[in-house]
This record gives sequence, structure tokens and C-alpha cells, in this order.
Amino acid sequence: MRLVVDLNKCQGYAQCAFLAPDVFAMHGEEALVYNPRAEEEQREKLARAVAACPVQAITADGLHGAGAGSDEAARESSDAH
Amino acid sequence: MPTDYLDRFRREGRIVIVGASLAGLRAAETLRAEGFTGSLTMIGDEPYDPYDRPPLSKAVLLGKASALHTDLPRRREIDAKWRLGVAATGLDMTAKRVRLADGDEVEYDRLLIATGVRARPWPKESEADLDGVLLLRTRDDAAALYRRLKAGPRRVLIIGAGFAGSEVASACREMGLAVTVAERAGAPLVGALGGVIGSVSAELYHENGVDLRTGVMVTGLESDSVGRVKAAHLSDESVVETDLVVVSLGSMRNTEWLTGSGLGAGPRGIACDAGCRAFDFRGIVTDDIFVAGDVARSPHALFGYQFLSLEHWGNAVAQAEVAAHNMISSSAERRPHLWVPAFWSSQFGVNIKSVGVPPMGEQIMITQGSLAERRFVGVYGYQGRIIAAVSFDNTRWLEFYERQIERGAPFPVEFATVDRRPEGRQPVDAAFPDPSLPTHGPTVTLSGYSPSDRQLVFTPARH
Repeated sequence: MRLVVDLNKCQGYAQCAFLAPDVFAMHGEEALVYNPRAEEEQREKLARAVAACPVQAITADGLHGAGAGSDEAARESSDAH
Repeated sequence: MPTDYLDRFRREGRIVIVGASLAGLRAAETLRAEGFTGSLTMIGDEPYDPYDRPPLSKAVLLGKASALHTDLPRRREIDAKWRLGVAATGLDMTAKRVRLADGDEVEYDRLLIATGVRARPWPKESEADLDGVLLLRTRDDAAALYRRLKAGPRRVLIIGAGFAGSEVASACREMGLAVTVAERAGAPLVGALGGVIGSVSAELYHENGVDLRTGVMVTGLESDSVGRVKAAHLSDESVVETDLVVVSLGSMRNTEWLTGSGLGAGPRGIACDAGCRAFDFRGIVTDDIFVAGDVARSPHALFGYQFLSLEHWGNAVAQAEVAAHNMISSSAERRPHLWVPAFWSSQFGVNIKSVGVPPMGEQIMITQGSLAERRFVGVYGYQGRIIAAVSFDNTRWLEFYERQIERGAPFPVEFATVDRRPEGRQPVDAAFPDPSLPTHGPTVTLSGYSPSDRQLVFTPARH
């Protein structure tokens, strides 16, 4: 599964690092480091991390096993100012 | 009539996007999301699906991700014809055709240019070609650099202490590698954030065991008998013995392929209006060529209508969305690209983020926290208003400052802030270097007021 974090939005709440520690990790107090390619067995944890992010900064596809076009993938979008 | 044309264009028009990275992909997705059902062609010079670059200098070098696996997730299917691994080499604006490196030509009704930037190579070609002299921009660059770092070089030399150079230096230290950083300016990050913040960055370098050399230039790279780099000569006559050199001198805009096309394109990028429509070289706006991402230069109302070039991830996304929307909308429905610049970097375990345009700042006030603790917010002022803010490990406050920038709040800062220290009561000179002196280059470039400004469009290539 592919994922990307909008690190402009990310405020270091670290929910993702608790819920999917094999994908997301805090580096220092506030910086997030993540693996943009999550293994299949991370699906459920990744889905929880996406849902739990307080600022909805995580976009992932393939969460529902259908490749592109999932709701999660489509949700993060044009909040340009 | 125009409505008929637009309806038909949205149904069966041909859109070509040159540049298959972040901006190109998000534009394609927006076109489909907004109902474009015509043909869509994606042209990219790299042979890869669109991938994300920020992890290449962070997670990849830290060993937390593979350079080959940073593909961008898709928001939706885009049903495009992909031409990957083939660079665009020319544009015929009259015939509405893009020429490709393999000799093919692709016709368009509307074109989006998102060709981005590339790493500025070491200027002396014979030295740039030495074994052990690397750049960092692409997936292949990152894979090669990571392989070299893992092999345990005796000393890494990084030329240029901008964000990319700083992130590489940080990763080297995490791997326990000896690293020297040479920077022409007086401190790291000064082009982007000024000398006050640069001195904080310099402290981070020192604390983390980086051999930082400022106020120097690398004058030459020396090789051994089999063409491997073995030393670098600096302008202060010192010599750094090194077996791995990372050239981190900023970037160059990919506009050469437009030379002679008649488009307002040059080393500073492609000039476009706030609606992302490209200017031709006469300063007349086109209506069928749009620009987005790092290669674009567009006027911004919040920043005196100056033309801004932003090498920012968030700008690529936001501008792509606006460009795509405008490509398939009537003039009354078009939107301006008025995104407030924002970027992030993480280095030495510190999260650095910024909003606004720091290099416009004349003065800076530390409104929260303290420089000594590396946890603070600095606010930049320009002509009596707040123009930008930067945070070190204090990101949650930035959105507030973004609102202040948007409403042109006065500077010096009048409101009370949490955790204000005595050092933050008075503004001080933000200490940006003279912009006429080249450094590693800021990630935001202010480039004047109008597309007909001679220096904007007609600057001859200098590389």
C-alpha cells in the first residue's frame, strides 16, 4: 500500500506512531518519519492510523484492497487556502 | 459559443501534462474528479510512476524506507496514457504539439507544464563526473547515495548547507559517519531563513558533531589515479580529505526544452498569472498552456503581487489543483492560486516548519520559546506587517501565524503570546544575506513584479 503524509498539516500528535509503529515513527519530539510503502499485513493498523490522525494528514491507497479510488484516498484533497 | 466549446472540450478534448511527478499527478486526478472525460497524456522523463521526493533525503537515508518505494498514493483512477522515460524536448505553440525525445509528437488542446526542477550539478564537469561525487534529487540519486553511505565512507563532504544538505548531514551523523559541510554563507539555511535562525542551525550542526565550514567555497575536487574523488580544496586554502561528496547547491528549473518556443520561460521558471496560465515571452497570457509546481512563477496578492517561485511540496499540490480546475473552467469560474507558502524539514531530530515568505522579512521577533532551547516560533516582519513565521519543534502554533499573515497583521507583534521570553520583546534584523550574493539559494524566490520585467523573462541561461 502506498501512503503519503502531508507534513505541512502534520502537527506531531503521534497517533499514527502509536497505532502503526512499523510504518510511522517520531524522530525527535515532533518530526515524523514514515515508510511510504506499507506491507500488506499493516493494512488494518494503517487504516486505523489514517482514521485517527487529528489533522487528517495521511493519504493512503489500497486500504480496501481495491487499489486506487478508495474513500480514504479521495478524502484528503483540496483544502488549499 | 465559448460554453459550447468548453462543454465539448471537457467531454472529448485532449489534455497533455508534461511532468509526471507530484504536481502532474495531482492535476490529472483533479481533472478527472471535476469531470474531464477527454484524453489525458502524462509525459515524464523518469521511467517511474509518480513518486514522492521528500522521503528521499529523510526516511530513505535513515534506512526507514526504500528509495525505490516512495510511489505516491492515488486519489482516484486517472485513465491516462503514460509516456514515461521519455523527456519532452520541444513545444510548438502554433501547432499545439509537444515533441518528445524519441521523435514522437503529441498534440494537445490544452497543455499543463509541470516539469519541476533538477539538482544543480557541480559546475566543473570533469570533477562532477568523478566516482564518489553525487547529487540528490531523484529516486536513483537517493538509492545511489544510500548505497554509498552504507558502504562506510571515511568522510562525507556536503557542498551547500541548505535544507537538502542539512538533511543529508543529519542522516550521516545518525549513521555515525564523519561529515564536513562547506557553505558559502555565514551559516546554514540563511538563504531561506536568515542569519538569526541560521545561527541556531549552526549550533545544531556543532552539537551533532558536523564539521561545519562557513564563509568558504569549494574551489576544486581532486581525484586519485583511478578517477575516485579523494579530496576537496576550499577557498580558505584548507583541504578536506573525502571519499564521498554530495553536491547540494539548490536546483535548476527544467525549462530548456521550451527554448525558442515563444513561452515566457527561462532559468527563473515559467511566468504565469495567478490562474496558472503561462505568459508568452511578450508578456501576453496564453489561454491553452498552464503551469504548476516548482517550475512555475506566479504573482501573489499577499506578497505585493511579486512573482514567487516555490519549491514546496504543498505548493505543487495546491497549484496543480488550481491549474487543473482552471483548465476546464470558463473564465468566470476560474480560481486564483493564493496558497500561503509553507514547508517543513527535519534535521538533527528537530522539526523545522515555516509559513509565509521568510526571505521578504526585514526583522524577526522570537514570539514564543527560545532560540537557546531550539524550541520557538520566530515571526518575520516586512514594512510593518507579519510576512512569515518559522517554528522549531513548535508546529502547532503555525496555523495561528498563517492567519496573521493572511490578514496582514501588524509587525512588531502586538498580541500577547504563550511562553514569551525577554529576548522576544524586540524585533531584530533577520539577517538575510545580500540577495545579489549567491548562496545555496532559498526555496522561495522573489522575482519581481511583472512578466514584462526584462530580467524575469529574458535572463540568458548562465549555467
